[in-house]
Amino acid sequence: MSRLLSTVLVTASLLAIAICAMPSAAAPRATLAGDFGPPQGAPIEEKLVDPPNVPAPIHRNYPARVIVRLETREVVKEMADGVRYTFWTFNGTTPGPLIRVRQGDTVELHLKNDPGSHMAHNIDMHAVMGPGGGAAATVTPPGHESVFTFKALRSGTFIYHCATAPVPMHIANGMYGLIVVEPPEGLPKVDHEYYVVQGDFYTSGTYHEPGLQSFDMQKLLAEQPTYVLFNGREGSLTGANALTSKVGDTVRLFVGDGGPNLVSSFHVIGGIFDSVNIEGGTLVNHNVQTTLVPAGGATMVELSTPVPGTLLLVDHSITRAFMQGALGEIKVSGPLQPQLYNKVSSGPVRGAAAPKAVAAVSNVNDAMADGKRVFTQICSACHQGNAMGLPGAFPPLAMSDYLNADPKRAIGIVLNGLSGKITVNSTGYESVMPAQGSSLSDGEIANVLTYVLNNFNNKGGSISAAEVKAVRAGDKSK
Amino acid sequence: MKPIRMAGLLMLLAIAPAVIAADYVTIPAGQFVSALAIDGSTSRIAMPSFAMRTEPVTQADYLAFVAAHPEWRRGRVSPLLAGPQYLAAWQGPLTPGPAVPARQPVTEVSWFAARAFCAGEQARLPSWYEWEYVAAADATRRDARGDPARNQALLSSILAGSGNRPGTIGRHRANFYGVRDINRLLWEWTGDYAAMFPNADARVAGTGATLALCGGSALAFADKNQYALIMRVAALTALEPADDAPRVGFRCVRDIHGE
Repeated sequence: MSRLLSTVLVTASLLAIAICAMPSAAAPRATLAGDFGPPQGAPIEEKLVDPPNVPAPIHRNYPARVIVRLETREVVKEMADGVRYTFWTFNGTTPGPLIRVRQGDTVELHLKNDPGSHMAHNIDMHAVMGPGGGAAATVTPPGHESVFTFKALRSGTFIYHCATAPVPMHIANGMYGLIVVEPPEGLPKVDHEYYVVQGDFYTSGTYHEPGLQSFDMQKLLAEQPTYVLFNGREGSLTGANALTSKVGDTVRLFVGDGGPNLVSSFHVIGGIFDSVNIEGGTLVNHNVQTTLVPAGGATMVELSTPVPGTLLLVDHSITRAFMQGALGEIKVSGPLQPQLYNKVSSGPVRGAAAPKAVAAVSNVNDAMADGKRVFTQICSACHQGNAMGLPGAFPPLAMSDYLNADPKRAIGIVLNGLSGKITVNSTGYESVMPAQGSSLSDGEIANVLTYVLNNFNNKGGSISAAEVKAVRAGDKSK
Repeated sequence: MKPIRMAGLLMLLAIAPAVIAADYVTIPAGQFVSALAIDGSTSRIAMPSFAMRTEPVTQADYLAFVAAHPEWRRGRVSPLLAGPQYLAAWQGPLTPGPAVPARQPVTEVSWFAARAFCAGEQARLPSWYEWEYVAAADATRRDARGDPARNQALLSSILAGSGNRPGTIGRHRANFYGVRDINRLLWEWTGDYAAMFPNADARVAGTGATLALCGGSALAFADKNQYALIMRVAALTALEPADDAPRVGFRCVRDIHGE
């Protein structure tokens, strides 16, 4: 490096660079895969929307010139409640907007850099075939604009990101997004489309430490992020921001991983991907639980939502989901589908200690409620929630001739258990019922028996706590 | 390291009596290793002694300059030497206005303009190595670059400066040499910045042969931990010499003869 350069020298060297950088000649026009000829029709202004929304599917049968306008902005935003961070962004959001074009389109990319930026920024589009993915052609100082065109020769889901030095820092600050290049025939119709990009963030403070956080270089180098986030903010896809679907609908997710460091084990808790375009390419896998999304890579997944409720989007490197923020939701609305998904009962396994008893309940309604609680917590584990039992294993309590023939016999059975062959509703059972006398109070046993006698098509009747107490006392005196 | 009063003190005072003459300090000779690998080599560089302005050139300094040199006023300067953003924050060609405090570093000045300013006080823009040699210091050490805490503090300080304007001079301690605000407030033009060519997208070193043919230097980052410095190089090398950026200012140096 010379110390002092005269105006003439500088100007001359810049001219020389311009000449050296120029391609030697225009490429010969040949049959190039994905090239469907020059752009036709009027140029199309791409209508960009904020994530997690995506531009509408393309219904076009010719290659066009598509104008995409991006602006790099350095903005302070929340990454979690009360936690602020200076994001470096495309169009003010992390990720930047999803760009959607058709294979063979000529993309005219206008990259502006906000005058308030610290840094020059640029863009490396993984959908570009050519040096740097356009990075060299788009270096843009603050207050400037660059224009770059490329032909989208390959279909797929691709990452774009800033590639200005120091690259890991530009990416760690949120400068990435997706560009979807649809095949000429378009994508199969689905009911909902959404856009999710995972990124890892390195803050000076600990997880959830409030206030304006600075970028922490040592954590970046150690690849130990403070946050792993979908769409740049904890809660960006949960609660009021959750993605939505309806029972019977299909959902397509364009999923990227900006990195800079982590690979995502992308999974939807409660969903199976009907199809996965592996790594965003054309190879399709089916019936997938978890798919890898490489840093600087993407995938396109489709799933059906046949059952109502909440599905969870996670990085199934699961610490990141529950300790670092990588959690989203798809809320599926619609009628229950018990034939597909039905909670029958839950309670402790046989022999497990039941919660210690509440005092005996005198009021009839309270007695019934208490009886139902005991039944649900204990009895239903074997006799089932509908009291129908399990054939060959546990006898039914519903419409039970054995129970109704002698309700008071049931007191001793609950207190002391029962083993040996019995016949219920003409079916023989020979299993062991454990004694419940040590874990249930007199009142609880009375209540649960009364509840069972008055439900499940039994004949009715009631058992009192005093009767249970008497049986218990009689057992002791034997 | 006594401040050397600039030679043309009386002359400048005659033109703009409100301006306080700039302080320069002597930077002693020494050796150091650049964080940049020029043409693929890192080597110990012997730095001769020189004098450096203790502070970046301020808005007040620059107002005095354009007052004395009408050819550098906004509206008069050739667009080849200063682009449309030249002094864009100023209200008028000789009126910085309330948005531009006098003690703030001047920015939105082109490399050509910075060079002319320095010549006007019998000085020049520093070489990259001169700038880097001085900027390697912290308050107590000549070369503090190996200290991760120092590197993180610089980075955090730079990132905390938001908005379109650089901060105010003098909020931080002077460094080992008595130089202020060399790392945190703004990017500073160097005389030879335009001859530094990282590969155009700055991720890998350019191919030496091509760049040598074109008269430049292939540049790579030998010390990849100097993020604040890498940001600076990326920001500067994206600029044309006539560009005027809101965060780019400068300071001047002088050769010391006979030492």
